[in-house]
Amino acid sequence: MARHAPAGATLACVAVYLDHAAGGPMHPDAVAATVGWITSGFGNPSGAHQVARRARQAIDEAREQIADLIGFTPGGIVFTSGGTEADNLALLGASAPGRGALVVSAVEHPAVLEAAVRSGREVRVLGVGSDGRVDLDHLSRLLDPGVAVVSVQLANHETGVVQDLDAVAKRVRKRSPGAVLHTDSVQAAPWMDLRSAAACADLVSISGHKFGGPQGAGVLAVRPGVQISPILHGGGQERRRRSGTHNVAGALGMAAALRARSEQRAEIAARVAGLRDRLCDAVTGGVSSSVATAVDSPRVPGHCHLRFPGVEAESLLFLLDEAGVCASAGAACASGAFEPSPVLMAMGVSKEEAGSCLRLTLGPDTTSSDVDFAAEAVVESATRLGSDAATKALVSR
Amino acid sequence: MRVLVAMSGGVDSSVAAALVAEAGHDVVGATMKLWGGTSDRGCCSVGDVEDARRVAQQIGISHYVFNFSDDFDRHVVDPYVESHAAGLTPNPCIECNRHLKFDRLIARADQLGFDAVATGHHARIVEGPDGRIWLARGADAAKDQSYVVHMLDAETLPKVMFPVGTLTKQQVREKAVSLGLQTASKPDSQDVCFISASGGRTAFLSERIALRPGKVLDEAGRLLGEVPALELVTVGQRRGLGPAVGARYALSVNVQAATVTVAPADDLLVTELRLDPVCWVREPPGGDEKLLAQVSAHGVPVPARWEAPGRVVFERPLRKVAPGQSVVLYRGDLVVGGGTAAR
Repeated sequence: MARHAPAGATLACVAVYLDHAAGGPMHPDAVAATVGWITSGFGNPSGAHQVARRARQAIDEAREQIADLIGFTPGGIVFTSGGTEADNLALLGASAPGRGALVVSAVEHPAVLEAAVRSGREVRVLGVGSDGRVDLDHLSRLLDPGVAVVSVQLANHETGVVQDLDAVAKRVRKRSPGAVLHTDSVQAAPWMDLRSAAACADLVSISGHKFGGPQGAGVLAVRPGVQISPILHGGGQERRRRSGTHNVAGALGMAAALRARSEQRAEIAARVAGLRDRLCDAVTGGVSSSVATAVDSPRVPGHCHLRFPGVEAESLLFLLDEAGVCASAGAACASGAFEPSPVLMAMGVSKEEAGSCLRLTLGPDTTSSDVDFAAEAVVESATRLGSDAATKALVSR
Repeated sequence: MRVLVAMSGGVDSSVAAALVAEAGHDVVGATMKLWGGTSDRGCCSVGDVEDARRVAQQIGISHYVFNFSDDFDRHVVDPYVESHAAGLTPNPCIECNRHLKFDRLIARADQLGFDAVATGHHARIVEGPDGRIWLARGADAAKDQSYVVHMLDAETLPKVMFPVGTLTKQQVREKAVSLGLQTASKPDSQDVCFISASGGRTAFLSERIALRPGKVLDEAGRLLGEVPALELVTVGQRRGLGPAVGARYALSVNVQAATVTVAPADDLLVTELRLDPVCWVREPPGGDEKLLAQVSAHGVPVPARWEAPGRVVFERPLRKVAPGQSVVLYRGDLVVGGGTAAR
């Protein structure tokens, strides 16, 4: 079994970890690259001496590897502190302040939605259907030559639903030819080959710790000719697009993780999709009132998203945690409290029902015994919390 | 026992958690997220959740955040606003205890397999002279909070623990210091947690209801002045009613007529008060039993009797209690019950 205990923890029952969408363990290659740099390298890549040159070489090699793996040019790779900063840089930096409208889908990560709100520009929210996919007709109506940036994620952080980005791009190019198309690919990067999947996008965000890299390392990838104004000001690193001393160890770890994941991606995706379906089937089979979210939509392989009518997500997560299953309910606010999922509400689910969901996300190390253990725990916990009983009561009313 | 400790991020509940854990119970900490709007203090801010989480780490227990903000709106904030709109002076902390801490949280704890909920209130749960369980005043008279938890009844008391109720506040802080808890020197929470210091009640209420100006009249109906917001006047207040009122106090607020009637202090004295609704820990007291009545959180208890179905009769005249405030009845140090002052 793939079991991961938090650093320093003394858990009697080591957890089955099914929260990979929130972040997973580092790949051994990424650990080696990160530790290798920390133990043998140092120095600021912006300096003008041999130590700096060595650091500069390290980060530029990482830059080239990442560029190659996601289908961008090395000059288009802007290292950031993670996905949130990459999304902010895309939304806030892709056109002059105050000029042009932003179009964002209703199911974007808060890093996109909040940045859009803070931009001070007009924000047009693109609706999604009950299948979680963006409404392309609505998109056509929202687009006009006054649009500066369109941001549509590749895969959703809660449901795992994959958007038809090519269809989005086609409409953007036709109706808003001057607009920049950004895609938050943080959840897609572990599972999809961005060289093809995000080929139509001008800006792509990724985050290292979602695919086996270290936390605190991300990239905004920028197509040649697309201008980005910085949101962090200072020394002018990253071709004046992102000031701040480089996180060399983070970049090396991220590059190593992405390379390792890319090499095994097809095999991992096929295997994990099978495990995910097995988990999903076991739970929906065991709790008759449960509903799997958007099962008919294309989804990344790691996401199993479920609803248990009448069950409060917080209670379910508590019991699962006690049973040794680490899971998530989706949206958490600054305090760590779970909120009814805005993604599900955008899909037309009521606020009450959006507060009864569970996100189980698998990783490359997840095993069949993990999945079986988790399924049993979910069925037992949801049943104890009255999922079936609550539904029957509703029906008989 | 399996105990869920409600951790607000303050020093009392921090030490409560530590004491329950030291006593050998199986303890989990939970912070209730109650208020979704802006707040700068009290039990609702992100900083307080962080403090509670850190304390839980330090004493080695798991910590969760429970989002009860919908229930808080429904049972505390909305009624608070409605009460002010009706010219009453509500006590939202008591409603929060009634509906959130000792209802919603206990139900959640039950559901999750806990035997009891502990909080950091300064109150005690003791065996009375009759051999039964009663709610009693906390050991620190100056910090006693039995008034704000008076709604606990005999059915609920066995599910509740007040670990710091036997300590003085000084002892609580010393314990926190000895454990190295960062909440040791945190100031006591004051006022209403969902109302910010910058805007106060006025800003909060004016965003939710239209505050109306009112005429200030004396008992003979003569106009003495105006108040900008009728809904913010509390029976018994003198300040803010204008220079012409002199040594007179708000006697009553009539929202329909948009008037505040003021009168000299003596005219505010009452010998009885109607309570509605009321709640009792056990059976209501008999009409001839000498009790003590406390009419504010840290008020001095005064001798009184209960006259069914709904009147407190004071032994000596007492300044009128603002409608909406709670009155708690004690038998010595034991809480018998209480209720809300009616008009």
